[in-house]
Amino acid sequence: MIELENLTKDFGPHRAVDSLNFSVAKGEVLGFLGPNGAGKSTTMRMLTGFIAPSFGTARICGFDIQAAPVAAKSHIGYLPEGAPAWPDMSAEAFLKFAAAARGLSKAEIKPQLARAVEATNLGKVLRQPIGSLSKGFKRRVGLAQALLHDPDVLIMDEPTDGLDPNQKHEVRDLIRAMAGDKAIVISTHILEEVEAVCSRAVVIAAGKIVADETPQELEARSHRHNGVWVTLSADADQAKSVLAALPDVAGVEAEPGGSRLFCRSTDKRSIAGAVAAALREHGLSFEEMHVERGRLDDVFRAITRHDADETPGQSAMARETEGALR
Amino acid sequence: MSAHATPHRLGLSFGAVGTIFKREMATYFATPLAYVFIVVFLVLAGSFTFYLGNFFDRGQADLISFFQFHPWLYVVLIPAISMRLWAEEINSGTIELLMTLPITTADAVLGKYLAAWAFTGVSLALTFPLWITINYLGSPDNGAVLAGYIGSFFMAGGYLALGSFISALTRNQVIAFVIATAVCFILTAAGSPLVTAAFSSWAGDGVVAFVRSMSFMNNFQDIMRGVLDLRDVVYFASLILFFLFCTVAAVNRFKGA
Repeated sequence: MIELENLTKDFGPHRAVDSLNFSVAKGEVLGFLGPNGAGKSTTMRMLTGFIAPSFGTARICGFDIQAAPVAAKSHIGYLPEGAPAWPDMSAEAFLKFAAAARGLSKAEIKPQLARAVEATNLGKVLRQPIGSLSKGFKRRVGLAQALLHDPDVLIMDEPTDGLDPNQKHEVRDLIRAMAGDKAIVISTHILEEVEAVCSRAVVIAAGKIVADETPQELEARSHRHNGVWVTLSADADQAKSVLAALPDVAGVEAEPGGSRLFCRSTDKRSIAGAVAAALREHGLSFEEMHVERGRLDDVFRAITRHDADETPGQSAMARETEGALR
Repeated sequence: MSAHATPHRLGLSFGAVGTIFKREMATYFATPLAYVFIVVFLVLAGSFTFYLGNFFDRGQADLISFFQFHPWLYVVLIPAISMRLWAEEINSGTIELLMTLPITTADAVLGKYLAAWAFTGVSLALTFPLWITINYLGSPDNGAVLAGYIGSFFMAGGYLALGSFISALTRNQVIAFVIATAVCFILTAAGSPLVTAAFSSWAGDGVVAFVRSMSFMNNFQDIMRGVLDLRDVVYFASLILFFLFCTVAAVNRFKGA
């Protein structure tokens, strides 16, 4: 439903987004990740027709965003970064305006509005001016605006930014509930969010794709993947030497002052069975043991820092250009 | 899921223009802006007419002493309306919301412009007690008065279109106001020696005559006496269209197109 074709954006001499090619199918929830200034917002702004690409293009439900912008935009629900809205309007007037601008008929507006308000839990504040609402409610007004017309494509720039943990949970539930019949793209730097709602993660750095896989595959890139955590009842030192001697264990780290050990696995092989057997053989009892899937944070740092180090000036500049546009 | 009817060749959809128009109009009256503007406009228009225009001393049942100050009133007051048209949207980020709706730039430019123009029209219409006064005091040529009102309305439209363009060039409303006021002043005074002198020293008579003909004042002078010349109407109409076109270009430039 979303197809990017060599999508590129230059700001002056700086290439903020560099030839992105990927597509998002119905039913997918794509998490769009990357450090600040990597080009996430710029890409989303091109997809939604807010800024024009320098080269390449994107198609939404088959409509080219440059050749048929109105048709393409009518299939999109978009939550821009920071959820901008006119502060003098009441939430209700704002949503009615958005519905009318989306071409919903008078008969459609009422039920659609009611549905969006219910999904985002806005009932209490409908009559209040948006300028007087808290950050969380303001964000939900933006969300309601994006969902109002039941779009085929939903694009959200940091949908949970600034929400409290309960609100984050609600928004994630909402995204999961809608996932079936839409193509959804969310940008975020909260990695737990990717695990929680996304079926696919695309990581970009300095405008280029550096990873495009499922969150689980991304986790598996971690050097800690398939390592084993063990919490021993007693005598961590003996256990440490026993485990370090195992063939598939590359190394054992002890948590400072604790009885908790982490065994790194050689070539990410599965070592849980061997670790358990070795401990039992030496009569060492343990309270807890679990397999590390890998930390998304580590992977994220490993694959994006490389690029950032290479061109520190560039990413600083990307931030500036994005700031200037805002 | 239905979109507006396919926009026609100009990239305009009447439904979308109407939706933008209604939102803008509601915003004027949801804030003190509308009321402050209308009160200041009426007070200034009234005091100019009576004190500077010697409305009573002239002993004429017409509104020339009222209309003759309109260009100068508009120079200051119209930029106060036009400054927020685009600069505010750019600065607050709502332009991103507006431009990602399934509407064209032309829809948004026209909808916002028409709302601002209709709003100034409301302010102008609220000066009707003056019209009642002259009808009570004498028997004026009401056709001439109507021509004056129409001319004044079109002139306001010209200033607004110019202000809309300048507002789309900046995110700062104060800059939009100051520059629009300066440009409106120059355009208004283009027929006066103040501006023509700057040209006459180096340019030929033809250029000076052209500059003078571009003046709002010159084109309004006849209208306020009740002579609605087609040339003046064409002048203001083409000025409005030209600057609206420029506004669309400025907004699109901002989008990087």
